[in-house]
Amino acid sequence: MEEELFSSGRNIPHIDPTLEVWHWPISIYLFLGGLAAGLLFFAGAVTILDKEKEYPTAVKYASIISPVALSLGLLALVYDLTHPLYTWQLYTTIRLESPMSWGAWVLLIVTPLSFLWVISYFSEIFPKWKLRLGILKKLESFTKKNRKKMAYALIPLSIILGVYTGILLSAFNARPLWNNAILGPLFLTSGLSTGAATILLLAKTHKEKNLFSRIDLVLIVIELGLIVHMLMGMYAGSEVQLEAMQLLVGGEFTLMFFGFVIILGLLVPAILELTEILGYKVPVSIPAILILIGGLVLRFVMVEAGQITRYLY
Amino acid sequence: MLHNLNTLDDKSHLFYNFSHLTLPLIYITLIYFKLNMNTSRRKFIKVGALGIGSAMVATSAINVFGSNKNANKFIAKSIPVNLKRTATYCEVCFWKCAAWVHSDGDSHIQKIIGNDDDPHCNGRLCPRGTGGVGMYNDEDRLKTPLIRTTINGEETFREASWDEALDLIANKFKGIKEKYGAEALGLLKHGCPGWHFEHLFKSYGSDTIAEPAFAQCRGPRETAFSLTFGSWVGSPEPTDIRDTKCLVLIGSHIGENMHNTQVQEMSEAIDNGATIITVDPRFSTAASKSKHWLAIKPATDIALLLAWMNVLIEEGLYDKAYVEKYALGFDELKEHVHQFTPEWAYGITTIKPEVIRKTAREMAHAAPAVIIHPGRHVVWYGDDTQRERAIAILNGLLGSWGRRGGFYFKEKISIPNFPHPAYPHPKWDWKDIGENYPLAQMGLTNEIIRSSIPSENPKYPVKAWMVAGTNLIKSIPDTKQLEAAIDALEFMVVIDTMPMDITGYADVILPECTYLERADIVRSATNREPSIAVRFPAVKPKYKTKPGAWIAREIGIRLGLKDYYQYDDFNEVIDWQLKELGTSREEMEKIGVKKYPRKSGPMYLNEDEVHEFGTASGKIEFYSQELKDLGFDPLPKYTPHPEPPQGFYRLNYGRSPMHTFSRTSNNPNLTDLKDENNLWVNPKVARIVGLKTGQRVWLSNQDDIISTFSIKVRITERVRWDSVYLVHGFGNDNKKLSRSYGKGIDDTQMISKIFVDPIMGGTGMRGNFVKILIENPHKAIEV
Amino acid sequence: MRYAMVIDTLKCVGCSDCVVACQTENDVPIGYCRDWITETVNGTYPNVDLEFKSERCNHCDNPPCVRCCPTGASHVVEGGIVLVTSNECIGCGACIESCPYDARYQHPDGYVDKCTFCHHRLEKGQLPACVEVCPTKCMYFGDLDNPNSEVSKLLKNRKHKTLAPEAGTKPHIFYLI
Ligand SMILES: Nc1nc2c(c(=O)[nH]1)N[C@H]1C(S)=C(S)[C@@H](COP(=O)(O)OP(=O)(O)OC[C@H]3O[C@@H](n4cnc5c(=O)[nH]c(N)nc54)[C@H](O)[C@@H]3O)O[C@H]1N2
Ligand SMILES: Nc1nc2c(c(=O)[nH]1)N[C@H]1C(S)=C(S)[C@@H](COP(=O)(O)OP(=O)(O)OC[C@H]3O[C@@H](n4cnc5c(=O)[nH]c(N)nc54)[C@H](O)[C@@H]3O)O[C@H]1N2
Ligand code: SF4
Ligand code: SF4
Ligand code: SF4
Ligand code: SF4
Ligand code: SF4
Ligand SMILES: [Mo]
Repeated sequence: MEEELFSSGRNIPHIDPTLEVWHWPISIYLFLGGLAAGLLFFAGAVTILDKEKEYPTAVKYASIISPVALSLGLLALVYDLTHPLYTWQLYTTIRLESPMSWGAWVLLIVTPLSFLWVISYFSEIFPKWKLRLGILKKLESFTKKNRKKMAYALIPLSIILGVYTGILLSAFNARPLWNNAILGPLFLTSGLSTGAATILLLAKTHKEKNLFSRIDLVLIVIELGLIVHMLMGMYAGSEVQLEAMQLLVGGEFTLMFFGFVIILGLLVPAILELTEILGYKVPVSIPAILILIGGLVLRFVMVEAGQITRYLY
Repeated sequence: MLHNLNTLDDKSHLFYNFSHLTLPLIYITLIYFKLNMNTSRRKFIKVGALGIGSAMVATSAINVFGSNKNANKFIAKSIPVNLKRTATYCEVCFWKCAAWVHSDGDSHIQKIIGNDDDPHCNGRLCPRGTGGVGMYNDEDRLKTPLIRTTINGEETFREASWDEALDLIANKFKGIKEKYGAEALGLLKHGCPGWHFEHLFKSYGSDTIAEPAFAQCRGPRETAFSLTFGSWVGSPEPTDIRDTKCLVLIGSHIGENMHNTQVQEMSEAIDNGATIITVDPRFSTAASKSKHWLAIKPATDIALLLAWMNVLIEEGLYDKAYVEKYALGFDELKEHVHQFTPEWAYGITTIKPEVIRKTAREMAHAAPAVIIHPGRHVVWYGDDTQRERAIAILNGLLGSWGRRGGFYFKEKISIPNFPHPAYPHPKWDWKDIGENYPLAQMGLTNEIIRSSIPSENPKYPVKAWMVAGTNLIKSIPDTKQLEAAIDALEFMVVIDTMPMDITGYADVILPECTYLERADIVRSATNREPSIAVRFPAVKPKYKTKPGAWIAREIGIRLGLKDYYQYDDFNEVIDWQLKELGTSREEMEKIGVKKYPRKSGPMYLNEDEVHEFGTASGKIEFYSQELKDLGFDPLPKYTPHPEPPQGFYRLNYGRSPMHTFSRTSNNPNLTDLKDENNLWVNPKVARIVGLKTGQRVWLSNQDDIISTFSIKVRITERVRWDSVYLVHGFGNDNKKLSRSYGKGIDDTQMISKIFVDPIMGGTGMRGNFVKILIENPHKAIEV
Repeated sequence: MRYAMVIDTLKCVGCSDCVVACQTENDVPIGYCRDWITETVNGTYPNVDLEFKSERCNHCDNPPCVRCCPTGASHVVEGGIVLVTSNECIGCGACIESCPYDARYQHPDGYVDKCTFCHHRLEKGQLPACVEVCPTKCMYFGDLDNPNSEVSKLLKNRKHKTLAPEAGTKPHIFYLI
């Protein structure tokens, strides 16, 4: 028999018996970051392709959500810090090797940009509210003029943001579940997908709904491919990675992962969207909401299960 | 990883259709991270230095390692600087290591560090000594004197002033003395406080004194070694482990038993390539460091020892010159052990004959630098003096007594007694109480306990107890008898630092301050070199606690013993003693430990002279006429002991390195390391009973005594299938002990059957058998 | 200069003195620890093997905890010692997630803490508290860049291992086996 134990009472809060340093706010943060990334990406892409008129939800209505999501996300992040009074220390240094630092800076740029974006559409989105302050009016017209430029900036920034939500986890060598290069693209895809789903949910015209259904379908297929690949990679990996995979395929997270992420969050919406694209009548809000829930659960599962996995003990 | 990047490529056409702009970006990002994941440390420092936040300041040289390059300063959080060092010696166990207490001198103790000059610790305390700060900081401590009272028909304690409590004690003592004589006052004590109360008792006319360190601990070996070598083993043991070539441990689990010097020297012996042979049914820590682990069947050690003697004698491997010169009764021994062949022992011990032969030869090869360790807690099966005799004889055959790497001749310096009138002569004393056990060398706790039970018709009845520094409920087996005695007492006072189990039985509880808050007697103990050590208070006594010296004197004065206390403050006694010893308080405050040159002669036998041993014959007595005359076996014999019946397991117990008995069981620092004991169970047993590691179980023993609390199972190959093992000292039953109440099982509770050693009265405790209960046996009762 | 700790598992008895000593030396709050002991048992009675290991931050040569720290609170100083500056730390936990040895913890005051190799003692020319207290003297500390140091010699002459080398962190606590 092999036996391993701590002979002196190591029982450190949040670390033993399993690491639980990151709680629900981190999952929320990652989800909201991905969602904002998706929304901003589509707003930018539609603008660059000069299709604002055809896809108003993508550029206007849905993009109100991104600054809100980003602000809430940041709030969640700060909420999970244990030494939050020192948060300003994040902005005294740029540490390119630290995804956390890198994400903090990207957020610092993206969040104002997302606000500016909304301001540029302010009068259109809220026709009844009149901007009283002169500065704000000036700001609105300035942003309106520079919308295209903002769109060009948004595309790379939103992708960085989206990838970042995955890289934040995958950079951790020490957590076998996270330590794979798929997590970045996976979270990006999932973020884009939740973004598309949100647009789908809010879209009014058939044309817009149809496009984003299609986009979403493609994203779902990619996401499934990435997930399969991630599992295969871990299956072929070292013992610790195998153990990590067990958590998802035959452990305490299996129901959440397969039930909520893969089946309800990906397969079911894919089928529904396909039927819809094929011309059958399906209320698009169903797949859209399922995707959003699936995306959220994916973050929860990955954050929580990942922390359980370790090299030693 | 690269493989994963390729994957992305496979799927990328889908992606590409959708947003051709982004693909290169994803690649760049991923590649960027890939590269960065492998950045080296040195390169990192450069990058880090760009950060605005990283403060690095050059500092002074580091010179311990023969290098004086500069290091960068860590902006450390404030570690208090204005600490003073106070000399003390540790009271967390009875090894009494000298130490320095680093404190603010008032109410904060930072740490306790060993005194480099102390031969007991060599600058290194054991975990319990280091964790001694917790004794002071424990907020569950006794805080004020308490007196038993009845409120609404329920017995309880009420707070009292010192004057009230001390007056009450003095009155009760006077009453007992008037009615029954001072001899009816029994003192059960252990550790430093014992000294002060011993003086009090002797001054008052009672020598009815005992401590668990004899009949529950070392007794058999002191009697056996006195019989054989004319000398106690004593504490610290004069085992020359650091220079030994072969150390044989008979169930002495050094490494778990953290008696400091022994642990340190065993490690030195490992460095020196000494052979360690461990005889233990359990795979002890020491066993894991041993070349040979003899996984003996419990209770059969004497058979192994006899077989070893057989091999040494039959193969002519014993130290012939030494035996010739010093030993008495070799021929009788030779004849006696002739029949005890390794083959014979194999059937009893389950140790293979070739292993017995091989280990005997290794011992002989190392001799005389060999130690068959006498052990310390040696009250096992009731024939313990005989087992210890066998150990002593084996050492004699190997010529290790008085030899380098064997046993050295210890020496200590005697501390002069502060002048006082001669003690009155009691009409009877501990010797009389223990008269059924002719070779007891000290008071027998169990006999004082028995003499306190009127229905036993004791010849020397005891009517009141003072208990100082011993938690009898945990340290004395057969709780039923103990409780019967306590029940019958007319008065009982307990002096302790913690609300341990025993305090719950007292009429008066006096809170002593911890060793860190008081001055005590000058320590003098046997060692290679004589030394003294002092204990001065590092901080002020917390709460309303008082030093034992003060308490004893206050009671003494109230009993009219002013002549025995011709000083106002115990510090005067210390100062006087230090002066007599050629030193002073000022010097001792600075050095803590003072060594003195040896006066008794060399540490080892002078081969040119004939050494006279302390026995009646002046020789090492293999054959003991004294035992014979008293009607005992003059040479050790193996007697079989009962084995666990079907469904029962032998209850084995021992030490955890992080705890001392029960005294540390509530210590915040030490409970942080280990807060309850576990029941070690062999996987085979676990399968039969159906146990999982971490599961809570209860125990019931052969007398149907059920454990009050439960214990968590540890399934481990370190324990035999016929026994279970747990660490002694847990399972406290006082809710006031917030960290330890109800944690684990108290082995003593399960030890209801004792095997008394007829020679010296030791209470053998290893013949108890337990059943493992999976269901909570108290549930039904509670509902 | 490259500090390292070498621990002789053949001598360690798992007493945990190093753990208490660290706690009192460094004001580690009760309930937390910078070092700890693991016990590994292998085999079947009576052919059993037992190993105790005193574990702590490995002061890795390739420390992921430092790389992932967004503020620079985690940093490396001369001698390869990995430290955390408490008033730069935001308590984001990234370093805790990144450490394969779970060597770090969140101090109740919020910042992240771990073994410092007793940097404050090294500065005064003293050994780390755990090394100095160990009753079996099974811990050695010194400079690996100096070929004559005790640690260099031990690693040259004795069989040794590190923990989770596959994590790629290049740990600097070595266990003699
Ligand atoms: N079942 C079982 N019984 C055993 C043993 C065993 O292994 N198993 N071991 C036996 C052995 S070897 C021994 S030596 C004995 C030890 O027996 P004890 O000496 O009774 O054991 P401790 O648990 O140390 O109890 C000491 C008591 O002293 C108190 N105390 C501590 N410091 C001070 C102080 O400074 N002043 C005062 N006044 N009180 C203090 C503690 O709070 C505690 O109540 O037990 C023996 N009994
Ligand atoms: N950490 C720590 N150290 C201590 C103490 C403490 O409380 N804590 N107490 C000190 C005191 S006062 C004492 S007396 C000593 C006691 O220390 P020791 O004398 O070393 O201890 P014992 O309790 O006699 O022995 C326990 C060992 O005996 C083994 N054993 C059980 N049955 C048998 C048997 O039939 N044959 C053989 N050969 N072995 C058997 C057990 O498996 C266990 O390993 O420890 C001292 N050191
Ligand atoms: S051996 Fe440990 S507990 Fe005992 S006196 Fe020494 S330091 Fe204190
Ligand atoms: S102090 Fe030494 S012997 Fe004790 S556990 Fe630590 S390293 Fe091992
Ligand atoms: S052991 Fe962990 S905390 Fe220490 S340097 Fe290595 S990765 Fe960092
Ligand atoms: S918790 Fe502190 S030390 Fe750790 S990564 Fe975050 S800021 Fe750096
Ligand atoms: S080196 Fe210092 S900080 Fe690190 S474990 Fe040892 S005592 Fe603690
Ligand atoms: Mo003892």
